[in-house]
Amino acid sequence: MITRAAHEMSAAMASGEISSVELTQAHLDRITSVDAQVHAFLHVDTEGALAQAQSVDDARARGESVGPLAGVPLALKDVMAQQGIPTTAGSKILEGWRPPYDATVVSKLKAAGVVILGKTNMDEFAMGSSTENSAYGPTHNPWDLTRIPGGSGGGSSASLAAFEAPLAIGTDTGGSIRQPAAVTGTVGVKPTYGGVSRYGLIAFSSSLDQAGPCARTVLDTALLHEVIAGHDAHDATSIDAPVPQVVRAAREGSVKGMKIGVVKELNGDGYQAGVRSRFEESLELLAKAGAEIVEVSCPNFEYALAAYYLIAPSECSSNLARFDAMRYGIRVGDEDGASAESVMNLTREVGFGREVKRRIILGTYALSSGYFDAYYGSAQKVRTLIMQDFNKAFTSADVLVSPTCPTTAFKIGEKANDPLAMYLNDIATIPVNMAGIGGMSLPCGLAPEDGLPVGFQVMAPAMQDQRMYSVGAALEASLLSQWGAPLLSQIPALVGAK
Amino acid sequence: MSNLSRSDVAHLAHLARIDMTDPELDALANELDVILEAVARVQEVATPDIAPTSHPLPLRNVTRPDVVTPSLTPAAALSGAPASEDQRFRVPQILGEES
Repeated sequence: MITRAAHEMSAAMASGEISSVELTQAHLDRITSVDAQVHAFLHVDTEGALAQAQSVDDARARGESVGPLAGVPLALKDVMAQQGIPTTAGSKILEGWRPPYDATVVSKLKAAGVVILGKTNMDEFAMGSSTENSAYGPTHNPWDLTRIPGGSGGGSSASLAAFEAPLAIGTDTGGSIRQPAAVTGTVGVKPTYGGVSRYGLIAFSSSLDQAGPCARTVLDTALLHEVIAGHDAHDATSIDAPVPQVVRAAREGSVKGMKIGVVKELNGDGYQAGVRSRFEESLELLAKAGAEIVEVSCPNFEYALAAYYLIAPSECSSNLARFDAMRYGIRVGDEDGASAESVMNLTREVGFGREVKRRIILGTYALSSGYFDAYYGSAQKVRTLIMQDFNKAFTSADVLVSPTCPTTAFKIGEKANDPLAMYLNDIATIPVNMAGIGGMSLPCGLAPEDGLPVGFQVMAPAMQDQRMYSVGAALEASLLSQWGAPLLSQIPALVGAK
Repeated sequence: MSNLSRSDVAHLAHLARIDMTDPELDALANELDVILEAVARVQEVATPDIAPTSHPLPLRNVTRPDVVTPSLTPAAALSGAPASEDQRFRVPQILGEES
């Protein structure tokens, strides 16, 4: 049962084949059996999960109508506030914090009857592409435990691939949903900026951050998307418009007559051979399914990475000023006569990890007087150019596509001491965040040279998220008929797992 | 173009309120040089005629009627505080000794 898709689990509960308590217990058992190897979870809420499952079972027994994901378990990225549940964002500075409120995404999940199993591991404050920057140790990729599961949402993606949960929540600032999905053979969507509320999402870079759904199939991702999306008065940047019809698009899965634009600059040199060949094969399948494949050029994308590593650190240096040891989190050096400033300085030194400090200092530099125009100001202009590139490309294509990442999963430790090499991982995902549009990654096969998953990225204009689901579902169906079984059926069994 | 020194980084660390050790400052000075050289590429295309974009959406002020709505109790608001006293956050000394 735990290897099935979420919508299949839901159908099994509706038909009485299994209860939510049984389904939840099966996932909790799986976590107990494999998570020592994978380390996807920072906290497992056994009691809360079973209580929520019981209440869904009770509602069903009373004949009440429940939502399409009621009773289905989910793994929540630890950057989301959940009332009473330890929430750290992967940082020591928040160790032991239990939020007094729920993020809007969490409230919506609870209202939909979704069972939250626990909190998943991540790069500290979502800064990273490998989950190695977690203060609580790395997560391992279930395809090969010596490799990274992507980041920052590596715990969420690994939990899906290890069958510890059929649904997960991620957040994506420069690719933190899509890149982990790509390297674990799972599906992840960054909705249009403003499509999902950021209330209760611990902020990294407020103009780029966006929460989104993760799952093992395109339809499951769409079902979760509909649960968490929508206008929220608690988030001033939330879009007050109807949620795009993503479930309908995922069910129809049609690309007939659609124009799919291949971004010339997001392919070629620097992309692994197996990544390119799987990507090209997927284009052929989409053409066979009735889409027209065209080439588009986005010449300013080559500056996106540089602009991102000015904008995101600048915003983070400001956002993370709130961790001042006064209102929540740890406090260090509060001894007789110590000043507030010395306590603040010591707490931030002890509480933040290397990458977080690096980005705070980089952002502080980029925003300091005398450098502002040359760095932050120039980066904002590049942002304009990237948006113009997208606008132009979308006049000749309904969606744009590329490989999600230049390579498959690299080894844990391989890039830990080379920040620039690590940053290059996000080269194809960052433009989407800069423009605030939607992006999806779905698995398109294994690279022949290393047998590891390759991700296919679909990008759609703002508030046209349904187009990604049309393309994703069409490609998924074509690939499934070619493979005969989902890609994850090829994942090696975890040693010692039941 | 940058070539940051230890004291440059120490100044930034002070602005960011992080009490870094000398080895940390030295390591960061080297890393920032490499990163700044790479990100300085934005200057190649950022000509004066281009308007900057700070945000993907057109931002506007969002207001609501000035009425009391349910909110956290004092106990809940203080539940995560490192120290509290009399329904307030207790903080280390902010002013100097002379007062």
